[in-house]
Amino acid sequence: MAGIGTAHLRDGSLLRVEHMHVEFPVGGGRKVNAVTDVSIDVMEGETLGLVGESGCGKSTTGRAIMQLPHPTSGKVIFEGRDITSLSTEELRELRPKLQMIFQDPISSLNPRRKVKDIVSEPLSIWGKKLGSSNGPERVRQVMEDVGLDAEQVGDRRPHEFSGGQCQRISIARSLVLDPKLIICDEPVSALDVSVQAQILNLLEDMKTRYGLTLVFIAHDLAVVKNISDRVAVMYLGRVCEVAGADTLYNRPTHPYTAALLASIPEPDPSVKPNAGGLKGELPSPISPPSGCRFRTRCPNAQARCAEEIPVMREIEREHFVACHFPVDAPVAPSESQLLAAQPV
Amino acid sequence: MSESLLERSSARSSEHEQLLQVQDLKTYFPTPRGLVKAVDGVSFELERGKTLGIVGESGSGKSVLSRSIMRLLPRKTELHGQVMFDGRDLTNMKQAELRDVWGAEIAMVFQDPMTSLNPVMRIGPQITESIRHHLGVNKAEARETAIALLTSVGIPEPIRRLKEYPHQLSGGMRQRVTIAIALACGPRLLIADEPTTALDVTVQAQILDLLKVQQSERFMGMILVTHDLGVVAGRTDDIAVMYAGKIVEQAPTDELFADVKMPYTEALLQSIPRLSNHSHTRLQSIKGRPPDLVNLPKGCRFAARCPYVQDKCLAEEPPLIPITGKPDHLYRCWFPVGTAAGEAALESNRAAGKIDHEIDPAAAGEIIA
Repeated sequence: MAGIGTAHLRDGSLLRVEHMHVEFPVGGGRKVNAVTDVSIDVMEGETLGLVGESGCGKSTTGRAIMQLPHPTSGKVIFEGRDITSLSTEELRELRPKLQMIFQDPISSLNPRRKVKDIVSEPLSIWGKKLGSSNGPERVRQVMEDVGLDAEQVGDRRPHEFSGGQCQRISIARSLVLDPKLIICDEPVSALDVSVQAQILNLLEDMKTRYGLTLVFIAHDLAVVKNISDRVAVMYLGRVCEVAGADTLYNRPTHPYTAALLASIPEPDPSVKPNAGGLKGELPSPISPPSGCRFRTRCPNAQARCAEEIPVMREIEREHFVACHFPVDAPVAPSESQLLAAQPV
Repeated sequence: MSESLLERSSARSSEHEQLLQVQDLKTYFPTPRGLVKAVDGVSFELERGKTLGIVGESGSGKSVLSRSIMRLLPRKTELHGQVMFDGRDLTNMKQAELRDVWGAEIAMVFQDPMTSLNPVMRIGPQITESIRHHLGVNKAEARETAIALLTSVGIPEPIRRLKEYPHQLSGGMRQRVTIAIALACGPRLLIADEPTTALDVTVQAQILDLLKVQQSERFMGMILVTHDLGVVAGRTDDIAVMYAGKIVEQAPTDELFADVKMPYTEALLQSIPRLSNHSHTRLQSIKGRPPDLVNLPKGCRFAARCPYVQDKCLAEEPPLIPITGKPDHLYRCWFPVGTAAGEAALESNRAAGKIDHEIDPAAAGEIIA
């Protein structure tokens, strides 16, 4: 899995990430290949789900899009501009359009500040430049929109609220500047299932109301399916499979996607837990396997998988997979076949 | 000590013995705000070789319940009721006596394997510590046992692992080590408190399978505490659903999923995003949040959030009663799901416009294209 290539990218996207690499030095000249040659894109008004196990690079991808940290190489094109080459000041000017919501709602809010100050701070930083006149009214409106009573809540501090309420405050803070794109990094994984449903519904509502584009990062495949239009599955720093949410879940073709789906415990006793599932552990991103990075755990792995990095290809309309030997799909043409097929 | 091992293997032959009987257990924590009633009158029984799933949201008291059985509680806690384990009442045992029960007869696996293992101690001594204490074997024998345990929980190269520290292992491997420690002295009851919550979904499946295999091989009783109904659905014999310190519904697993009686269980099941749904399916969320455990409401504890709520629910607390003809399916509700009374209650609330959906009523229950 874990392939390269840009066959799945579309024209006219709001955000386009091309061949992005993120590496972290770990001393001794070694480096962690957190994100390797990842290409993804999001159309305006779309929700892209990024899913994978811990350590697959999904959060790093989200952060690198925000330029926190800057990617080691590759392009991040937002509204037609490559933002990796912007100066600090230019990037700062762009920030109001790009917002982020984090996993732990309680630690992402300053415990000493009042809720109304937390929500209005982006405005007080940007208020003058963006020319928005009635700040307090805007704050009140956003808080009402996310289901908080501005009168009651404004003067309290984060510790007085539950996790779900804190996540609402975080969402209000990210919405107050009217952003184009919000990157949601595991926004519901710290919440109870009943509250999770509230927040997912809220994100859907806010997306419609504020005309948002979302990148939704999560490890829970059912949650990702629920909220996404398109889903990209990542493994060990690479993208394996990209498809529309319903397509991906109905017809997973990458062996990794299939294994992930099979491991989910269904809340239904008549569905017997899958005995097979994935064997083994995630290899080290310091020295990832050659060729396809999933081959060490893959039931379909063959010699070719160790030699050749699979390239993203379309196996049906709007369904892309980076695998030599996908499930229920034709084997990838080998390099020699590709060369032969090329018009001279 | 070999005597006690012999005893244990002979106990294996007698089936259907009640291993654990919890009677009206109450765990109250005195706080400056008042008494927090974390567990408030819970009763259940567990046979050897059976698995009980305890399900609930955060704050429902499920973890305090499991710690109350073990009596791993702060000193000032008020503990009432009975916990009969193998004919002995754990609630009035002395600390010294409890130490012989912990690890040897009842063992526990916790949520976060990094914090439940000692970070500055090698894996080997962490496993052999309890073996040497409880079983009185010598160092070499204990080491052999540790290697056998690590092998049985699926850790490759167990001899090398003995010398490693917890930070050198992945999350899944660490949880395997804590399971090995829990199993070390051959306990008869294993309490697993959210054992897979900190793990990835693929590793979760592996760990749950491991627990299942060990449980049936060793014929242990197991209590699986979790917030995830998906985790308990395929892997337990019975399920108890907890809400605000009480069991609100209890039944054999298949029965519970087939015939939900308590509106809370129904709401919990409906709020789970399912793979079988189309993307952008509107989720049924439960409005509001659980009650304050210091100032509990007078009637049913779920009443404030319940779509079936009637005046009676606010005034009187429903008892935990069985369904007629199904003595092992208990529920706590005046207007249960799927009955004439329940349907009528829901209908009257709908007619009165009391069932609200948050923020955007127009979008409720619909697919947003």
